[in-house]
Amino acid sequence: MKLRYFAWVRERIGKPEEEIDPPAGIATVADLMTWLSQRGEEYAHAFENPKVIRAAIDRAHVRADAAISDAREIAFFPPMTGG
Amino acid sequence: MGTVRLQREPFDAASEAAELRRGRGDIGAIVTFAGICRQDEAGTPLVAMTLEHYPGMAEAEIARHVEAAERRWPLLGVTVVHRHGRILPGEDIVLVVTAAAHRQDAFAAAEFLMDYLKTRAPFWKQIEFAPGKPGEQTGGKIWVDAKQSDDTLANRWMPGRRAAE
Repeated sequence: MKLRYFAWVRERIGKPEEEIDPPAGIATVADLMTWLSQRGEEYAHAFENPKVIRAAIDRAHVRADAAISDAREIAFFPPMTGG
Repeated sequence: MGTVRLQREPFDAASEAAELRRGRGDIGAIVTFAGICRQDEAGTPLVAMTLEHYPGMAEAEIARHVEAAERRWPLLGVTVVHRHGRILPGEDIVLVVTAAAHRQDAFAAAEFLMDYLKTRAPFWKQIEFAPGKPGEQTGGKIWVDAKQSDDTLANRWMPGRRAAE
């Protein structure tokens, strides 16, 4: 699946997007954040406070307990500040 | 039925509103809201603001909220234009135009759309401060923090909280 990062999540991780293949057992958005944060310092920094991170699956907002099994694109970003 | 546009370029609020009402005899009220880039953030002068967005999702998310507004109020037209990229103080950031037969519906729908744009549309503001004198807390860039007050305003439109209507 494709991951996309925005705003300071993108800056901390150091890239706007990447393809990943998470291991079996990573079932939810929350699981994915935990798994990603073990991939290196930059990920640990980005996800140090997972409660503030928002996520979208295939361009629709989801909660941290959403299942990721059918996702093509998952995005992580800070709370939005548009308008 | 609504028009949703994302663009780097400035927009002209008056001509967007004129376009929405052109040739229509049924519209009795138009609300035009423009959000503008201020010249300072909490008293510190800023050079510019840069809006990052999630292409694809931003359009879809705004369109979903336009549809929700159209289900909730008898609207006769909606236009939303949101800019992205670098925006200078005094320039427009966002435009919401709502048209209805009566003003209450146009006002309410415009507020509803703005409250949701602030908290649900995938845009992120980064502020660029002017280079300051040595020792001053200026210069550099910061991401704008989401405001609790914006969440509170958006929540008033949730089912069971209809006091604002």
